[in-house]
Amino acid sequence: MTTAIAASPELIVDAGRIVEPSVAAESPLAIRGLTVSYGRKPAVFSVDADMPATSMTAIIGPNGAGKSTLLKGALGIIPTVSGEVSVFGRPFAKTRRRVAYVPQRASVDWDFPARVIDVVIMGLYAEIGLLRFAGWGHRKKALACLERVGMADFADRQIGQLSGGQQQRVFLARALAQDADLYLLDEPFAGVDAATEKAIVDVLKTLKHDKKTVVCVHHDLSTVAAYFDRVLFLNVRKIAEGPTDTVFTEANLQATYGGRLAATHIEDLQLGVG
Amino acid sequence: MMGAEFVQLSLTPMLIGILASIACALPGNFLLLRRQALIGDAISHVVLPGIVVAFLVTGTVTAWPMMIGAAAAAIVAVLLIEAIRRLGRIESGAAMGVVFTTLFAAGVLLLEQSDTSSVHLDVEHALYGNLESLIWFDATGWSSLFDAEALAGLPPQLARMAIVAVGLALFVLVLWKELAISTFDGVFAHSIGIRTRAVGFALVVATAIAAVAAFDAVGSIIVIAMFICPPAAARLMTDSLARQVWWSVGFATVSAILGYVLAGYGPGWFGLPHSVSAAGMIATVSGIILAVACLAAPRRHRSGQAAETV
Repeated sequence: MTTAIAASPELIVDAGRIVEPSVAAESPLAIRGLTVSYGRKPAVFSVDADMPATSMTAIIGPNGAGKSTLLKGALGIIPTVSGEVSVFGRPFAKTRRRVAYVPQRASVDWDFPARVIDVVIMGLYAEIGLLRFAGWGHRKKALACLERVGMADFADRQIGQLSGGQQQRVFLARALAQDADLYLLDEPFAGVDAATEKAIVDVLKTLKHDKKTVVCVHHDLSTVAAYFDRVLFLNVRKIAEGPTDTVFTEANLQATYGGRLAATHIEDLQLGVG
Repeated sequence: MMGAEFVQLSLTPMLIGILASIACALPGNFLLLRRQALIGDAISHVVLPGIVVAFLVTGTVTAWPMMIGAAAAAIVAVLLIEAIRRLGRIESGAAMGVVFTTLFAAGVLLLEQSDTSSVHLDVEHALYGNLESLIWFDATGWSSLFDAEALAGLPPQLARMAIVAVGLALFVLVLWKELAISTFDGVFAHSIGIRTRAVGFALVVATAIAAVAAFDAVGSIIVIAMFICPPAAARLMTDSLARQVWWSVGFATVSAILGYVLAGYGPGWFGLPHSVSAAGMIATVSGIILAVACLAAPRRHRSGQAAETV
């Protein structure tokens, strides 16, 4: 036994790692040692994370901290250097249908020839199946999802005619159409109007109420405490993770943002007691 | 004009022109939306060295060695573009430009140095094909369409082009959702399990097949024009992807018919003695359609950028 450990440096590293026993085997999203690198410098380095069921987690950190990269790496959208990810206790490839991912709004060309309803129907891809086209039933489902984000009246509108906030709501409707159990959203509140922000928060809170799990890459520190019950601080490495009440502290903010966070802002953040 | 002479001299070139135009316009829609329109251009240029090498190896200009040579050259070009883009960290448009001009130039040099005087293989042929020569010798009139013996004498390019056009239509139909979703939102497509790289590669292969088959029949000018002009004009007509594809097929067809007729009869209307190249005229008509669409089409004002500021 001892010789086997001595011969294998990986085992020694693993032995030193604290494995949280509280993580359920069926955890919606469990990430172990995820490292993603663009070129030589890692964008995300050896990150562990666990999203418990029925939680709403904000991933926060400065620009370039690897927040979006963490999500993309977890879903295998970009190649990872190392790490293991399990979604509901199994590899993501096997649990894809339980996951809805909302990319950044700015990542697509909104000049694409499609109507609002067409984009939402894309969320029904798995349900429609190979070699088939969307039917009337799918359209009805998509309309119901648009209704939930307050965009039903825009169903036949060309997507290029929408405002940024409306586009974001269409993306959320597409995720709702996927009828998933885990929702991963990349900056859903970036550049949206107040009405959209409220509509999105309401939908996300309803999801949580329906026992779904929500994870958002988030940039607005002033709303973290109001919107999310968990927070993950990220700056290439994970700085801290846990309930907002105890983890959303000045110490963690300083550790994550360093000097980039003005002290005057910190007072407005409804920090936790930790 | 619509009698026996038409069937014998004009029907098959026109049909081949239409099929070639449609086969190129179909994948062109997706290339355009992916901002990869140049790939069609690149592939149709590199076909030339492929054909010359195939001739040098086999010593004949029969169809299959030519097609295989062209397809091999297309694959080499795509790999080269990808290699230059990654290793040289050069933007893909520039990488394509470098690869296709270099390979086309190499093809011209090869052609000059090799003894091709005995066969019908030259740069001119490569550029605008020989559409006018694809006539139906055995036809005596419309009744020949029901005459098995006459049908056997149809130029082989017609059947080849028809198979390729149907194949391209099936490709677009079968992979419709995958093409549409991965073109609009590749990251999302990946997350729902669409193999976006495979879809992109399949699109390039389909493009290469259309380019090689069309090149054999009508030359590279039509190929390049048809990958871009009908889809670009169609995009200005509608905001629905399905309707855009239908419009592009319509524009491709109109370009082929109108271009062929204008090339054959147009100069006569102006008192000029000779007809002009049908391939050149078809490409020109497709360009004119695009110009008119730019000036008058209903969806030429798009508000995507303006909406960003909200």
